[in-house]
Amino acid sequence: MTEREPRDPNDPVLPAVEEVREAELRGVEAGLGEVFEVPIGPIHPAMKEPIRLTFRVRGERIVGVEIRTGFAHRGIEFMGMRQGRNLIQVLYLSERICGICSVSHPIAFTQAVERAAGIEVPPRAQYIRVIISELERIHSHLLWAGVAAHELGFDTLLHLTWRVREKVLDILEELTGNRIDYAIPIFGGVRRDITPEQYPKVWEAIRYYRGLLEQLLDAFLRDPTVEARTRGVGVLEPKEAEELCAVGPTARASGLRKDVRQDRPYLAYPDFEVKAITPADYGLTPIGDVYDKIVVRLLEVGQSLDIIEKALMNMPEGEITSFPKIPALLAYLKKAEGEGLGWHEAPRGEVIHYVRLVSGDESLLVWKVKAPTYSNLLSWYPMFEDQEIADIPIIAACIDPCICCMDRVYVVRDGREETWTKEQLLKLSWEKTRRLRR
Amino acid sequence: MSGWLVVGQAALVLLGGGIVGLFYRGVDRKIAARMQARIGPPLRQPFLDLGKLLVKETVIPKTAVAWLFSAMPFLAVIASFTALLYLPWGPFGPVLEGHGDAILVLYLLAVPALAMALGGFASGSPLGVVGAQRELVMLVSYEFPLAVVLVALAWRLSTLGLGPAFSLGVLAQNPLWGAVGPLGILGLAILLVSLLVVTPAELAKIPFDIPEAETEIAGGLFVEYSGTYLALFYLADAVRTVVMAGLVVALFVPYGIAGPLGLRGAAAQVVDLLFWLLKVFFVMVLAVTTVRVGMARLKVDQIARGFWWRITALALGGLLLLVLDKVVMA
Repeated sequence: MTEREPRDPNDPVLPAVEEVREAELRGVEAGLGEVFEVPIGPIHPAMKEPIRLTFRVRGERIVGVEIRTGFAHRGIEFMGMRQGRNLIQVLYLSERICGICSVSHPIAFTQAVERAAGIEVPPRAQYIRVIISELERIHSHLLWAGVAAHELGFDTLLHLTWRVREKVLDILEELTGNRIDYAIPIFGGVRRDITPEQYPKVWEAIRYYRGLLEQLLDAFLRDPTVEARTRGVGVLEPKEAEELCAVGPTARASGLRKDVRQDRPYLAYPDFEVKAITPADYGLTPIGDVYDKIVVRLLEVGQSLDIIEKALMNMPEGEITSFPKIPALLAYLKKAEGEGLGWHEAPRGEVIHYVRLVSGDESLLVWKVKAPTYSNLLSWYPMFEDQEIADIPIIAACIDPCICCMDRVYVVRDGREETWTKEQLLKLSWEKTRRLRR
Repeated sequence: MSGWLVVGQAALVLLGGGIVGLFYRGVDRKIAARMQARIGPPLRQPFLDLGKLLVKETVIPKTAVAWLFSAMPFLAVIASFTALLYLPWGPFGPVLEGHGDAILVLYLLAVPALAMALGGFASGSPLGVVGAQRELVMLVSYEFPLAVVLVALAWRLSTLGLGPAFSLGVLAQNPLWGAVGPLGILGLAILLVSLLVVTPAELAKIPFDIPEAETEIAGGLFVEYSGTYLALFYLADAVRTVVMAGLVVALFVPYGIAGPLGLRGAAAQVVDLLFWLLKVFFVMVLAVTTVRVGMARLKVDQIARGFWWRITALALGGLLLLVLDKVVMA
């Protein structure tokens, strides 16, 4: 079997490049066979977005991997920090950081701005934000499940999950007007209320998914071929997950009870007492393989249904925004000063936005985004270790990577790519902090 | 039989085989689509695909071994079509009956796989090389059970003394189901199951499509092939589907319905030919379409282990039962 040996506690989680090359040479000398390179990407059917993984393989077995990012850097933060661009305009940009978590980024961003400017959010607006973000989680996890099935070569399951995903997209369209990019959060509230006529439709969707969940669990978790391809594949041990700062379902599948909604509750989440889900809730011992990640994501669909149900039943009455008039909001934000951090448990894990506002300027001074994939990317290294070429797509997919959201910087000078060392980056960061203090 | 008649028949069979192969591929895609609740392409889509590929530019990569790279598609298509000539088409015996036997058919089925592997190696792409390695591992995995099935049937037929046992024509004219005892029937059933498992592997369809594995190695063997060469491989694959399904039919269900229906002459032949096409179709749906819709892609080690232990053991068990049956019957 392809199962990896448990890691020696003294070994570093990420071995140095030289050590990997030395081990390769030792293997060649020991007659294990030559090592050759298999490039995956930047454009490859397994990767929905551009990223380059260069695998060093011996036969079908992976002995090393090199990850290169930066093919899809869009400079959204840079655009958002441009002078003369007001915060409402930046809100639009934040929605377009990710097409899948298109409400997670605005939720984190509005929270950051609200904290910086000291804006209160009415309870009803908080509930609406929670409902939309949980609906988004359902659609995102179903999307992922379909992609995972496709990576395994199981297209029937892809078509099944994507067909049932339509229902939640319909509900989102009903509630927000859009299938994606819902444009719901705004500083100080939400843009649209959930009207009484819309309730029955949401209830119907919840019933639909409740009935379906068991069927989906059955289709994914009790299929022999899916089991053969995912059990013991892409193992991320709890210690590795912890050291590499994995977030979201990637960390939870390894047994870490790590969920921003539970650890640092925000918005209306304290009312729902969210508990981080691990495979243990399904009666499995978490080992952190791909199978466990499927379990966690499918169970989280059920958890989201619970939260939406509870939110709909206890929906508080009242205003949906503390600034019904946009000019008043912009005028208030122009005067605001301070820094703020906003966070949210996106379907892929924790997303963090940092903003700094200065009084008298309607644009942002600093905007920093940390997408969940940024934290999860490093966990690819231990997951790929000792696996086979056939496992590459599903392991790459199992952290649900969102490359565009993650690509933060790419330095090209004189047509050549530049590599930055840790010291240089540290210096850059000091300079930035000094600039901010001023 | 005069030489020209054979040439005419051969041309008819080759043309018919190509058309049937492509048409069945369209049906296969349509059925798979309906099973996945999709609409699916029109039935003539494979013909359109082939036509389009034929007019597209054919690129030979600089890193490829050009002559090997270019020769392999032709080899694959020639071997696949030649196999058609050794296949009994329902009421009609193999066109080249007596000029080669069932063992030759086995080789002709293996040649396209080898050609694809060589083409993959020659393409100079690492993905092509990985695909080629996988194809060869698959070849050594499924060829043995396939050979066991054929040898078991031929051996049992030879004990009945009905002519050259290794001829597909003779095998098709003398279905064994009625000639063996209960143990033999069980053995034949087991051999049928092993052959049905080998069929999607031989045709490199999910769960055994690892040499191509779109999401893993981006088409593997075919990653560098384009235009005419890809069209030839496409055609070879379609024809190989008919040959493989036809082999299952010839070995296990060669029955016609014209006799029981009381038809004679040309009408009987037409009805039996249509019935044969129907049987081939059902074998294809059973062994290819439903399997590829209902499963995920396996890994090369899982496939190799599965074939070497389980399917080989199954086939050998079938052979053993046939031997025991012969001992009991004697």
